[in-house]
Amino acid sequence: MKQNTFELKVASTTGELATIREFIQEKASQAGISQKTIDSIILAVDEASTNIVKHAYHFDDSKEIKLHLSVDEGTCTVSLTDFGDSFDPDKVPNPDMNEYLKQRRVGGLGLMLIRTLMDFVEYHTVKGKYNRLTMVKRDG
Amino acid sequence: MAEFNAGITETGNVQVIELSGFLDAHTAPRLENTFNELLTRQQYRVVVNFRNLKYISSAGLGVFMAFIETMRGNGGDIKLTEMQPNVYNIFDLLGFPLLYEIFPTQQEGIQKFNQSSEK
Repeated sequence: MKQNTFELKVASTTGELATIREFIQEKASQAGISQKTIDSIILAVDEASTNIVKHAYHFDDSKEIKLHLSVDEGTCTVSLTDFGDSFDPDKVPNPDMNEYLKQRRVGGLGLMLIRTLMDFVEYHTVKGKYNRLTMVKRDG
Repeated sequence: MAEFNAGITETGNVQVIELSGFLDAHTAPRLENTFNELLTRQQYRVVVNFRNLKYISSAGLGVFMAFIETMRGNGGDIKLTEMQPNVYNIFDLLGFPLLYEIFPTQQEGIQKFNQSSEK
């Protein structure tokens, strides 16, 4: 069984989003994942990383985001680890998009996109230590 | 650093914003600046050409949400044109085509403004 695991550490800044996207593109592509699946993973990871920059670390670019990607038989698992403030995903339901658009709201769509694009999403917090978002996407 | 550009060209009484590169949380403030520049000049009729935009995240979508009401409130609009399929899919996933007029070509977007002003 072929298994590939890759790791990336970046500073918590939106300037690193391109680095994160290029990393996923390169590694998943080398592992034979289809571009359609890679596109979904890239957007989900971008949204999750943006949330960490804003909400976990509050734009403190001295902090670090750890990314772990594993590809196993066409299944991609990405985990993002931060050491900042945690949140309770159960308290962030997906917005009703009809109401959202009517009210011309801005923001708050990242988590909804992550849930829509990925097959499995889990958020785990060890209080005072770390937060880890794990996302799984099966190719095809 | 992610490459992104948003340039304005005037076509008749319509302002065309041509996007290129990657529109994410890092580059979205630059598009906000572009829209703010149009507001300063009291230009409210806007066509956005997405032909060379390779990528958009929700931070980019948010910019269009932030300005649509102001443009329409002043008799204008933001019309979206020439999106690549991967970019359109993100708009579609969130139901944005309900709120925005989207055209295959820049010319059709511009024409729609001209038709409206003839009425």
